[in-house]
Amino acid sequence: MKKLESSFKNMILVLGSITIVAAAALGWVNGLTSEPIRLAAIAKQEKAIRMVSPEFDNQPVQEQYELSDYEGNRLVCFPIKKEGKLLGVAIETFSMKGFNGEVRLMLGLKPDGTINNYEVLKQTETPGLGTQMTSWFKTDKNKQSILNKDPGKDKVWVAKDGGDIDAITAATITSRAFLDAVDRAYRAYMEHGGTVVDVVTTATIEEKEAQNEEE
Amino acid sequence: MIYITIFIAAVFVNNIVLSQFLGVCPFLGVSKKISTALGMSGAVAFVLTLATIITWLIFNYLLEPYELTFLQTISYILVIAALVQLVEIILKKVSQPLYQALGVYLPLITTNCAILGVAILVIQKEFNLLESVVFAFSTAIGFGLALVLFAGIREQLSHTKIPKGMQGTPIALLVAGLLAMAFMGFSGIVKL
Amino acid sequence: MKKNKFSILLNGLITENPIFVLMLGMCPTLATTTSAINGLGMGLATTFVLICSNLVISLIKNLVPENVRIPSYIVVIATFVTILEMLMQAYLPSLHESLGLFIPLIVVNCIVLGRAESYASKNKVLDSALDGIGIGLGFTFALGLLGMIRELLGAGTLFGLRIFPEHYGMLMFILAPGAFISLAYLIAIVNRIRKVS
Repeated sequence: MKKLESSFKNMILVLGSITIVAAAALGWVNGLTSEPIRLAAIAKQEKAIRMVSPEFDNQPVQEQYELSDYEGNRLVCFPIKKEGKLLGVAIETFSMKGFNGEVRLMLGLKPDGTINNYEVLKQTETPGLGTQMTSWFKTDKNKQSILNKDPGKDKVWVAKDGGDIDAITAATITSRAFLDAVDRAYRAYMEHGGTVVDVVTTATIEEKEAQNEEE
Repeated sequence: MIYITIFIAAVFVNNIVLSQFLGVCPFLGVSKKISTALGMSGAVAFVLTLATIITWLIFNYLLEPYELTFLQTISYILVIAALVQLVEIILKKVSQPLYQALGVYLPLITTNCAILGVAILVIQKEFNLLESVVFAFSTAIGFGLALVLFAGIREQLSHTKIPKGMQGTPIALLVAGLLAMAFMGFSGIVKL
Repeated sequence: MKKNKFSILLNGLITENPIFVLMLGMCPTLATTTSAINGLGMGLATTFVLICSNLVISLIKNLVPENVRIPSYIVVIATFVTILEMLMQAYLPSLHESLGLFIPLIVVNCIVLGRAESYASKNKVLDSALDGIGIGLGFTFALGLLGMIRELLGAGTLFGLRIFPEHYGMLMFILAPGAFISLAYLIAIVNRIRKVS
């Protein structure tokens, strides 16, 4: 077969039809993958919630609600329950004070605000230094761990600033950002009532409705 | 103030070549002499700024409202390829000296990943149009700075004796590594 | 005939290895090799695009007029890159996140367009696909090797498994300068071996 001539008509025709076929193919694949992409994002969220929470039997993602923090940003909050009893919350929180910008965490709190566990969702800190935050603050060594600390009573900020937590070696800025995100979530949660919040969550409403029906 | 922050971040802290690894091919390819390095930097600055403006407009007024964001890569690369052709034709007609200075570098620019990279980055960082322009131009300055510094060192290198295995690309990469180390000193100055 | 097909494969892997010999596609090589897994992932992603684009371009080579050759090829490549990006987002979200910007940038990887132009536009469909596999695997091999070296020297791990204690790790190898320096020595060593043999 001979090559098509490079006439103006041929060039427009060929390039045009290739582009149309390409766009159509992309549209088709986009339609196929949009659902799995959405599911993958939810799965990631659910995995993070599971990492920071005790065992639960409710659907935290379906029961999510929003809290506003001290700067007016919205934080998504996932209630964790077992057999209708509130065991804590998972809060998606962030800080803009990182070495390279945003740090995003999933923070698990017990109903009284004690830190249960955390999981780093997104960070662009220096590899090998700031990135250690993914495990540093849950390692039980010296004064690194923030687990089971109560930000209301314990001084959950870095030792350099007079706190009780050891900053990551050579990454004080990252450590400050991390603890800033923790503080943000804790304050938002306690400000909105801490343990009181579970009174207005859906399960308690359902409980009340059930009671009403019994009466 | 944000514009100054963007400028310093793009030129020094997150230097496009030395810390983001975009545009490494021309960085290694046209850095043997300072004069060619300057020509390439000029051409990149020109195309990068123009391409960023056009792709930003396409994304925010065409792809986003009509939910066609999955066409981002394909439309951007077409725009960049067409733009490079157009700039070449216009330069040839309008300014002969400018064409002679930049012309030879233009065809190389289509496959310079810094152009497509920056066009995608400004969308990811959610910059507005003016911020995007400042970012694109600063990035180009950062590219030029790295390229000219690198070319200066390589000109000196040609007078030194280098072990056989290290000649050519290896020694150039080693120099780039040392430059990158120097630029790491800027890290943390400003945050973006 | 069979030996011939095999040599097409081998050509990309060794004789014309895109990184060590042709020195193409440096940006992803330096940027994504912070760990062995990332390096291999990037290599395989590029291989996928190379095979598909080589195949299609070889199929349509006679339909495309000479003057719009390059833009047509770029459209084909960009299509496969976008398909790859969507598939990775759906089924390999964590790898997609760590490679980030460098997935769409496969479009401007000189290797892909280079092979389309110099091989697929002149050869038969099957040979072009084989060439894609060969070059792709050569690229993957180079990226995987560099990723392994940087992860081992920088973090003391290999594919996430600890090899030596963490505080012996030379962090520099994971950071930007280490990318340039490791690749410099790797190419020097390959040069040396090639000269000898």
